[in-house]
Amino acid sequence: MAGPPRHATMQSISNGSTLQSGDRPQAQPSQQQLSQQSPGLRVPSNRKTIYDRHLNRSRNTELSRASFAFLFGEMVTYAQRRVTGIQDLEKRLNEQGYPLGLRLLDLLFYRSTSTSSSALSSSSTSSSPPNRPLRIITLLHLIHGPLWRLLFGRAADALEHSVSPDTPNEYMITDNDPMVNTYISAPRDMSMLNCAAYVAGIIEGVCDGCGFETKVSAHNQPTELWPSRTVFLVRFGDSVMEREKVLERAGIK
Amino acid sequence: MSSTKTTRIGEETRVDKVNAELVTLTYGTIVAQLCQDYDSNYQDVNKQLDKMGYNIGMRLIEDFLAKSGVGRCANFRETADMIAKVGFKIFLNVTPTVTNWTSDNTQFSLIFEDNPLADFVELPDDGRAQDELWFSNILCGVLRGSLEMVQMQIEAHFVSDVLRGDDTTEMRVSLVRYIEDEMPPEEE
Repeated sequence: MAGPPRHATMQSISNGSTLQSGDRPQAQPSQQQLSQQSPGLRVPSNRKTIYDRHLNRSRNTELSRASFAFLFGEMVTYAQRRVTGIQDLEKRLNEQGYPLGLRLLDLLFYRSTSTSSSALSSSSTSSSPPNRPLRIITLLHLIHGPLWRLLFGRAADALEHSVSPDTPNEYMITDNDPMVNTYISAPRDMSMLNCAAYVAGIIEGVCDGCGFETKVSAHNQPTELWPSRTVFLVRFGDSVMEREKVLERAGIK
Repeated sequence: MSSTKTTRIGEETRVDKVNAELVTLTYGTIVAQLCQDYDSNYQDVNKQLDKMGYNIGMRLIEDFLAKSGVGRCANFRETADMIAKVGFKIFLNVTPTVTNWTSDNTQFSLIFEDNPLADFVELPDDGRAQDELWFSNILCGVLRGSLEMVQMQIEAHFVSDVLRGDDTTEMRVSLVRYIEDEMPPEEE
């Protein structure tokens, strides 16, 4: 058997700390950690470990929105003490979201294939449908739909492609009212700040995990109706755009 | 207040919800970030988590009182019940067991059957984290901060954690004193 059991993909969050920003382009480092899975850790005698619980156990569970708001607020406050400016702060929030994206990607795939029990027992992906997106649009739909629903209980509000011929690599995902910003109020001199940079980091992690080199940033684009409307600007790297052309010629969807 | 009534308040208090995994993962990323920032000095991570919890607790108590609509507790035993059955129920949707009281009714333990903060979590296998890191230490700070706002100085710490290989997750809470006069809260 080539890899660790699939349910191990949601491995320790704490180990995410070993993921340096320099490692970003590939999701591989964290994968390697998985295979040398910890013989050294003590486990409770009742074996109440993460491996003995079903990964879908928390699938539809809910927690207080206040708890999230408190944690997220504290995360932003903490990050703020260690940065030099708004961009730096957003970068930090982005970096905190990034490892989540890598993990959520695996979780999304696991859940999209594990509806039948046969998919659960198969150790290779060959027997399950090839659901890893190869094309940009498929990937963006995965983010706009399933990822958003997993995180926020609804799909994002819009998905657009840049109309400028100079920036064919730019896509925009819009959330009219990002949940993460609900309880954040930035001081006037920081009006540019958008703490949804955390979500931008998550998107970036999902894209990178899929092999799409990307930079994602969150921008305030308020409208009269939606004062906290946020646009996530997704900029794919040159390598991705080149591959996209090749795949398009080959007729791969 | 009777214990069953407390349970009912905890269960009937309506709160806005979010996906539990978003909360779990967000907490995980906070701890991971601290471990990175403090260079895996887990004592410092514990301290920082406790501070963050304290900051949260000072604000959370207001939300707690507003949502639950409960009044002043008659004694520390009632406080413990309120924390477990209403506080934890509202904010983490779990109800830890209150047990191991000292005879003078100033110290008790909270035993966590379930801990959403620690879902999906495995501590780093570096030979130290399982001995030094209290992953959910933020909860101690939350209790300390919120009780301070209602005139109780307490001390809280974890004594065991299933993430460390213990059979239970247990937090020990001790009443230091009732704060008589209104004092400005310490900044942390």
